[in-house]
Amino acid sequence: MPSMKDLQGRDRPTWCPGCGDHGVLNAVKLAMVNYNIEPHQLLIVTGIGCGSKLPQYMWVNGLHTLHGRDIPIATGAKLANHKLYVMTVSGDGNTYGMGLSHLLHAARRNINITSVVQNNQVYGLTKGQYSPTSETGTVTKTSPPPAGAIEQPVRPLALALIAGATFVARGFAKDPRYLADIIGKALMHRGYALIDVLQPCVTFNRVNTYDWYSERVYKVEEQPGGYDPTDFAAALEKAQEWGDRIPIGILYQVERPTYEDHLPAIQEHSLVELGVHRDTAELERLKREFM
Amino acid sequence: MPKNDLTFLLGGEAGQGIESSATGFAKAIAHAGLHIFDLRDYRSRIRGGHNFAQIRVSAEPVTSHRETVHVLLAMTEEAVRRHYPQIPAGGAILYDEAMPVEDAIWEAVQARGIQRFPVPLRKIAEEIGGAAVMMNTAATAAAAGVTQFPFSYIEEIIRVNFGKRGEAMVSANLKVADAAYRYALEHYAAGFDHTIEPIPGAPSRMLLNGNEAFAFGAVAGGCRFAAGYPMTPGSPVLEWLAGHANQYGLVVKHTEDEIAAICMAVGAGHVGARALVPTSGGGFSLMVEALGFAGMSETPVVIYNAQRPGPSTGLPTRQEQGDLLFSLWASQGEFLRVVLAPGTHEEAFEAGWRSFNLAETYQTPVIVLGDHFLATSSRTLEPEALDLSAVKVERGKLLSPAELDALEGEYYRYAITEDGVSPRAVPGHPKAVYVGEGNEHDYQGRIAEEIEDRVALNAKRLRKLETARQSMRPPKRYGPAEAPVMLVGWGSTVMPALEALRILNAERPTAQYLHITDVWPFPAEAVAQALGEARVTIAVENNALGQMARLIRQETGIRLEHFISKYDGRPFSPEYIVRGVREVLHA
Repeated sequence: MPSMKDLQGRDRPTWCPGCGDHGVLNAVKLAMVNYNIEPHQLLIVTGIGCGSKLPQYMWVNGLHTLHGRDIPIATGAKLANHKLYVMTVSGDGNTYGMGLSHLLHAARRNINITSVVQNNQVYGLTKGQYSPTSETGTVTKTSPPPAGAIEQPVRPLALALIAGATFVARGFAKDPRYLADIIGKALMHRGYALIDVLQPCVTFNRVNTYDWYSERVYKVEEQPGGYDPTDFAAALEKAQEWGDRIPIGILYQVERPTYEDHLPAIQEHSLVELGVHRDTAELERLKREFM
Repeated sequence: MPKNDLTFLLGGEAGQGIESSATGFAKAIAHAGLHIFDLRDYRSRIRGGHNFAQIRVSAEPVTSHRETVHVLLAMTEEAVRRHYPQIPAGGAILYDEAMPVEDAIWEAVQARGIQRFPVPLRKIAEEIGGAAVMMNTAATAAAAGVTQFPFSYIEEIIRVNFGKRGEAMVSANLKVADAAYRYALEHYAAGFDHTIEPIPGAPSRMLLNGNEAFAFGAVAGGCRFAAGYPMTPGSPVLEWLAGHANQYGLVVKHTEDEIAAICMAVGAGHVGARALVPTSGGGFSLMVEALGFAGMSETPVVIYNAQRPGPSTGLPTRQEQGDLLFSLWASQGEFLRVVLAPGTHEEAFEAGWRSFNLAETYQTPVIVLGDHFLATSSRTLEPEALDLSAVKVERGKLLSPAELDALEGEYYRYAITEDGVSPRAVPGHPKAVYVGEGNEHDYQGRIAEEIEDRVALNAKRLRKLETARQSMRPPKRYGPAEAPVMLVGWGSTVMPALEALRILNAERPTAQYLHITDVWPFPAEAVAQALGEARVTIAVENNALGQMARLIRQETGIRLEHFISKYDGRPFSPEYIVRGVREVLHA
């Protein structure tokens, strides 16, 4: 079992003091400790954005890729070596903007990867433009007054549910222990898991602050009467709840065969284990198909 | 009487079944020991339009179609109108007796001395087979009858092709074929010069197109993963691999778009599977950002671009070699990519496995530039022509788990080395935990913006350019060394060019052909040396701007004097190249 110290990276995070990404980093490490995942057993594929630098700040296999493309890259990695835990970590601009179609296709495939999305409702690294999850009317440099952001915000959890994700959750960066529990459960879940993380940007988003979220979030499992995460209709309702009250926790979790389960080629060995050498007799047989 | 040297052309609308009939017909003739070159011409639509298959039959190996057609199987009036000018006197048009054709066309046909062979194809199909769709069977059987090709070969193919659909289907098609065959044999064979006679004792040969040869080569080379989005003419590679995935241990993914396709392949390559992305130019355009990521993160991946005419959607089902310079410089920034341009089926097979060796050895993307002509044209090959004993697996500096176990000290993914290639470990080993980086980074893979890091790492990556150049093969030279004209081309142009050489050199040594297969890093010395020995140089390219000629000038300073260009969406024919050479010589 790794300790928090084992997961210490070579470099300290370059994020702003107080950034929600610190909480996400802690939660990822805690999940690895709690669920006994060694650094070499996990591959964290990230896109581009402040939060996508996360693997640089801990001790784990990382692949820091392109804006919006972490999910298909992670999918390829998983299909080639499904014996690795594979996770993506990226922001809302990356995942709900550029990469949205990949998210929906990953959900309907039920590929066994976990996506953690640091959702701060703003573009941080490019300095403060509005994002796909910014509320209508949000004024930024690319959504100037009087109108501000004109579009409706993306509702990622509802989209993931409709697309067929088998694990849909929301966490809050201020509560890394709770988030770590969700991440751990998502890694153990067989199938596609989306975890949207409320992750305040302390520099560019002066509305959706720690306090703003703290006043609104509640844990679904603590609501009166309890909560059944296998109830799709209830999950879809919770996924759209936003404003005065914001649900966090595992909104939905069901079992469905993963994409990999359907692939005869990798039932015993991963593609990487199958290797690159081909049997000549097998290839001679293939030649005869052309005769 | 001319024996075993003729061309059939099956022409009609899409949806009439020309494609599958032609494939069966070509296979039947190949089974009789003859050589085949089967050219396909089709439109970007599911029904209607004018499609054709041009099947050249020869007792000798052939590497291209010829413009002359001896037997035209015309399923439509349009097929007659378009193709009768390719038929010489004594050639024939075989068609359904009830097919209406304008008098003016028949008059022109008559004036050329072309024979008309009406056959009650529809009547036979409907009355004997019970379905008009069997007209295709009737037509190919009639073509066999006209050329006295033994019926047993047609019968064998019908049994194989229709076997899965039940005995009744086999029997109906056999009856139709038999009736049409006998009708054509009895009415027309005596008056027709050309025959096909089986060659006894000929070896069993393969009949396959360039896409199949490449896909087979990729499997032979240990390809385990392929991802793609359907796009003509690259998607048959994806389909072929998908069809063989379970049996041969591959995962093949039809993705949501081409960006996802290359990203998945890069992910698979990063963790250690040999990964392929088949596509065409439009798809490759979408992949460019990820190409750069593979270059920066030093991830092996193979991209197969079966070129078609652009820009944009261009001519989806046609031929061009317009993506050469794009392939060399696609993506922002400077990094090594290896570009191979196989020209024949044998070379496509070889590129299939060799590309993975280069990608892993140099830890970088490899682009295989095919084109529509090579991708879709089928040719007979001796089984030994695709040489399995030559297939080698080279993974470069990939560290095995045992080597990692024995590793002393830290593992650094982007260690600075003299040849630019760093020892590579794939994720999964406790001693090789690292971050693959798309940002500039240091030797450990840490994001780095300092001048020293940028210079050291960029220089390291670019050193691979010179290291990889050592793996590049010199161009192949065909034809007599004393011939004064040197034709210079790349990719599939070699196939019609080799036939053009036979024509040009029939009387005296006139032309040789320099065939460039390994395009980047450019084998400049070898190309310059060959060109230095030529008296007249002519670029032959299926594009308008002479991209290879420009590349040669860039890399060697040598300016090719003349240019035989073709950008009409159709492949070169040997005759076209011959005319081009003669124009240059007589100018």
